[in-house]
Amino acid sequence: MSEERKEIAKVTEGVQETRRDLLKYVGLAGATALMAGPAGAEAAASAVSATAAINPADADSTITEWLQGHYVLMSDEEKKKCIDRLEKRYSAQYGKKTTVSDAPPLEGVLFGYALDIAKCIGCRSCVHACVKENNQSRHDPEIQWIQVMKIEKGNFSFSADKLDEGYPQPSKFGDHGVQVGGNAYSPVGGLSTHGTQSYYDAETVPEKDFFYMPVQCQQCEKPPCVKVCPVRATFRDPNGIVLIDYNWCIGCRMCQLACPYGARRFNWGKPNLPSEEMNPKTHYFGNRPRMRGVMEKCTFCIQRTRENRNPACLEACPVGARKFGNLLDPESDVRKILATKKVFRLKEEFNTFPKFFYYVG
Amino acid sequence: MEKMLSFALDFGSFAIKGGAKYYAWLLFLLFFVLVGSYTAYIQLTEGLIVTGATDQISWELFIANFIFTAHVAAAAVLVVAPGYMYKRKDFKEIAVLGEIIAMCFVATGILFILFHMGRPDRLWHLLPGIGVFNIPNSMLVFDVIVLNVYLFLNVVAVFYLLYKKYIGSETLGKWYTPWIYLAIAWGPLIHICTSFVLSSNARMFSWATAVLPFAFLSMAGASGPALIILIFLLVRKYTKLQIGDSVIDLLTQMIVWSLGILMLVLGAEFFTALYSSAEHAASLKFNMFGHNGLDMYVSSFWIIMALIVGSFFVLLIPAVRKSYNFLLPLVCLEIFLVILVEKPLILVFPAFSPSPFGEYTEYYPTLVEYFNVMLVWAIGFIALTLVTKGAIGILTGEVKYAKASASR
Repeated sequence: MSEERKEIAKVTEGVQETRRDLLKYVGLAGATALMAGPAGAEAAASAVSATAAINPADADSTITEWLQGHYVLMSDEEKKKCIDRLEKRYSAQYGKKTTVSDAPPLEGVLFGYALDIAKCIGCRSCVHACVKENNQSRHDPEIQWIQVMKIEKGNFSFSADKLDEGYPQPSKFGDHGVQVGGNAYSPVGGLSTHGTQSYYDAETVPEKDFFYMPVQCQQCEKPPCVKVCPVRATFRDPNGIVLIDYNWCIGCRMCQLACPYGARRFNWGKPNLPSEEMNPKTHYFGNRPRMRGVMEKCTFCIQRTRENRNPACLEACPVGARKFGNLLDPESDVRKILATKKVFRLKEEFNTFPKFFYYVG
Repeated sequence: MEKMLSFALDFGSFAIKGGAKYYAWLLFLLFFVLVGSYTAYIQLTEGLIVTGATDQISWELFIANFIFTAHVAAAAVLVVAPGYMYKRKDFKEIAVLGEIIAMCFVATGILFILFHMGRPDRLWHLLPGIGVFNIPNSMLVFDVIVLNVYLFLNVVAVFYLLYKKYIGSETLGKWYTPWIYLAIAWGPLIHICTSFVLSSNARMFSWATAVLPFAFLSMAGASGPALIILIFLLVRKYTKLQIGDSVIDLLTQMIVWSLGILMLVLGAEFFTALYSSAEHAASLKFNMFGHNGLDMYVSSFWIIMALIVGSFFVLLIPAVRKSYNFLLPLVCLEIFLVILVEKPLILVFPAFSPSPFGEYTEYYPTLVEYFNVMLVWAIGFIALTLVTKGAIGILTGEVKYAKASASR
């Protein structure tokens, strides 16, 4: 077991540590596994006392974590302590040196995303790259932040029947032979999105006669989810990204109810994140491991974008359908697309002003 | 201080005394508390994954039941209001029973919300002073505030009055009547607030309607008095407290009126949605007719609608309204249950279909969830039973301070 862990630790970029430290982490990880993982403030006082019996420091950190305030409102010193505590705990729990960044928002930046639905082939590389990057629960259940919908092309039906009829046909008041158009029998077409699937299983993509529509958090300028949160655990950061303080969320799920894009995911149970698949480069508001009973969602990979890197979904896209950039910079990819392509936003009637744009390239 | 202690002791000892039926009822409830304690432990340790809720249908039976408890809690003012606002003596004497119902049901509702929370251990984030409120944006914050204030108003109103009666004091504080008036106004307020928690979500097509508070209040006006009539009929049959027919009759009138208004509200809602039959009608059509073979809620929709309309017409018959021992309690029980099951089967679960991207889903509650619901109801009804019993002892004069000291 420890051999495996060592291998993983070696290949993990940016991790430099002595063999002794590594062994210490592995030992700690074993202990925490025995305690059914004191992940987060796992409530139950019994867990706290069990932890106290084995490792007083861990129990202490569990209680401190439970008592911690809203991260944004913490003092710099409290923030530092909080980050140290989390790094220590995650490193022990996952058996590898984990960093929790709290890199601040960038100056003068408003992030925007553009996606070419003409190019998208529905391969879902973005979905899986996202899961890997952002430390989502891998099984029971697998949590995915991006949903790709498979929509049939030309999904319309036409019929020559009853072309000249409508209902109710024989009216007592006389129908005068005039068709009541509002009540035609077979409306031409039907619903173009009828039969759309999000859980398709295809051997090769793109499938003939289908096109694809990936949806993730739209990072609204007026996010309804932020408006309804009773404790301000979710908020919009100065770069226009909607974030969640996982340690402040009370799990009421009002945000999930408010979101017109179905972008939010709830940790109904304890997330299952195997140590060997855990991404140790994390951000406090981004991909650090979550706990049971809190909400999570796409952050445009805040752990990357705050360091001027692209989101993982963009890097994974094999056809270059995804573009990301600063909306305030006229020279950015996104701004150029907005200026030159045929662009639309999803469900604009909800007045949410998404910063996620779809275009036809 | 000594008086208060003796109040608590006498009140408590009278409340737990009763006949075989009384104990059978309490034991019945206790069974659900015992089983429920275990299932609650499962939910607290495993998380909400043990309920039927998913990312598609993220509200479970708990919140559906909470809305119902808010119905009854709000409607309890209908016992208080005639006594204080219309100077009806027959109502004023038993107004405290209405306040007890309000108190117990709002507490039950708060308990349901605790079960709905993903992190009940972090509830302190909502405490004034140490928490962070999202005012004025979050409707849930307002709901939390009005529910707790309503609980506080009623706890004070109930126990102050009972204590005064217990020590034989005739004069109540000058603040008491305004306090009651505030509590009366607060009843509808909790319900309007609760409806705003639902109707503020633009993407929930069947909730984002201006008639929702009216639907809630009229359902409250039907289900609340239905339960209150049942309780009053039991009280006057098994205890020395006299509750006149005039009280029952007025409460029945309230049910009839409420059902009438409810029919109008539902009719208006259905017409508005169905005439244009646009996107906003999708949830309602799923509820009424099903969708591609998913028809779990179809039959219950039509049965519930038929029962609402049917109860209205049945209660128009004077013979039914006067049948205090058979037909009236039967109809009241039916109305109570219909409005109760309307919550999950029409209001909550079908509203989540279609999802934001057009997925249709049915909800399957789990056994753990059922038992947790029963746990909360059992706790609520035990509290209601005990407090009502104790209060009746004080109202009838069986429990008195002077008597207690004389017997020593």
